[in-house]
Amino acid sequence: MSEDLLRDLAPQVLGVLVRRGGDFASAEDAVQEALVEAHRVWPETVPDDPRAWLVTVAQRKLIDALRSESARHRREEATLAEPAPGPTEQADDTLLLMFLCCHPALSPASAVALTLRAMGGLTTREIAEAFLVPEATMAQRISRAKRTIAGRPLTTPGDIAVVLRVLYLVFNEGYGGRGDLAAEAIRLARLLARESDEPEVAGMLALMLLHHARRRARWDEQRAIVPLDEQDRSLWDQGEIAEAVRILTAALARGRPGEYQVQAAIAALHDDAPTATETDWPQILAWYDDLVALTSNPLAALSRAVVVGEVAGPRAGLRAVDALEGSLDGHHRLDAVRAHLLERAGDVDAAAALYLRAARRTTSTGERDHLTRRAARLRSGQ
Amino acid sequence: MPKYLLLKHYSGGPEPLPSCVPMSEWTADEITAHIAFQHEVVRMLTESGELVDARGLSTEGAYVRFGGPGAAPVVTDGPFPETKELVAGWFLVDVDSKDRAHEIAAHASSAPGKDGEPIHEWIEVRPVMDDAPPVE
Repeated sequence: MSEDLLRDLAPQVLGVLVRRGGDFASAEDAVQEALVEAHRVWPETVPDDPRAWLVTVAQRKLIDALRSESARHRREEATLAEPAPGPTEQADDTLLLMFLCCHPALSPASAVALTLRAMGGLTTREIAEAFLVPEATMAQRISRAKRTIAGRPLTTPGDIAVVLRVLYLVFNEGYGGRGDLAAEAIRLARLLARESDEPEVAGMLALMLLHHARRRARWDEQRAIVPLDEQDRSLWDQGEIAEAVRILTAALARGRPGEYQVQAAIAALHDDAPTATETDWPQILAWYDDLVALTSNPLAALSRAVVVGEVAGPRAGLRAVDALEGSLDGHHRLDAVRAHLLERAGDVDAAAALYLRAARRTTSTGERDHLTRRAARLRSGQ
Repeated sequence: MPKYLLLKHYSGGPEPLPSCVPMSEWTADEITAHIAFQHEVVRMLTESGELVDARGLSTEGAYVRFGGPGAAPVVTDGPFPETKELVAGWFLVDVDSKDRAHEIAAHASSAPGKDGEPIHEWIEVRPVMDDAPPVE
């Protein structure tokens, strides 16, 4: 019996139950019980249709739970609906469940937690550990999220942009060092891509894969960050890169570009360069022009300034940074980018001072250590 | 087992340190050695079953206090001047005795700095209050 199969099926089954009108929290409990049952029974007899088997068992558990609760409250059993007849092969149940978990009424932190719980099948303890909060806090966050979405209909399509944002948040948490979350985000993006023909979904999946492909080269033995231009490219996962490029090419061919597709295109150009010096900067700059036109995120414009520095020289890059003044005041990345461009322009003292200020402003330990070392290297002329 | 909060005072403390070259004047290798030492302390405390949590604190921040009824909170933004008290991070440990907490603090304070010499930073050791009274 495959663990992966159960993990893939669990959210689909939950989606069926909720679509049929089950209360989210009770439906989730019922699915968990059905999974336990599957672990017990399947090793002996694997059902022909595992999904239908799970739906039947979970639905029965849900009705049992409602009946006993109802008996406790001396309610009329007649009000309990039997499962609605009809096919369970609603391909979009997973998608609808994802929309529910990423409901706009939820804060990003709640949506992330609920998505990992309901879609990813992570335990509350696992999610709590990943986000460094006590288990009781995470349990409370999840149950508040469930209360918030209780009774919201699962019939109208949600906002796919919110789902993508939530998945990318999960990925970035993992990419910062907690590996399982990055893999989980990719798994969920694959689920979503299977059921949605929105090119941005494919773009997001490609983007995640292109970054994930570099994970082994991103840290050295001392767990220090290795910047892109110093990474050992032979450690990059060529299989993941090839898959991502296939997905991205098909998505771009649809002619409906969006910010994730464009970011993936940029990542693909980096991944395509055999060495850092062979990077196709002019083409990357062209994609950044598209990205800045598509998004209001000033960090995209800041990254573009770095590329301007590569194409037209560090002084031109610095002028592009100056043009951003105001929107990113006090942001450590503004200091870090300016420091990088000043270093390339040969203004070592100013660069070192700005690297240090960036180190003081970041809240990431890895980034702080990296920036502090950069400054130290400049001062000692290494 | 009593719990202790170990506060790492990057600057400040009960009396000034004999020699304290700030990290901004160390070489990259000295910084790397210092960070490796910090990881090693966390690994050692995890292995001994004494670590509850350990975190670094960003240099920047703010002081905030209630400004009075109907008034805005009083906020003093960072960055705090280098000369002022600066807590760089903390360990929360669950140990057998105060002596053990002091031993851990002294070891953490021996982290290498400029020229690989111990930095001797002050580590404030504070018992964490317990909810329940001890068994008689």
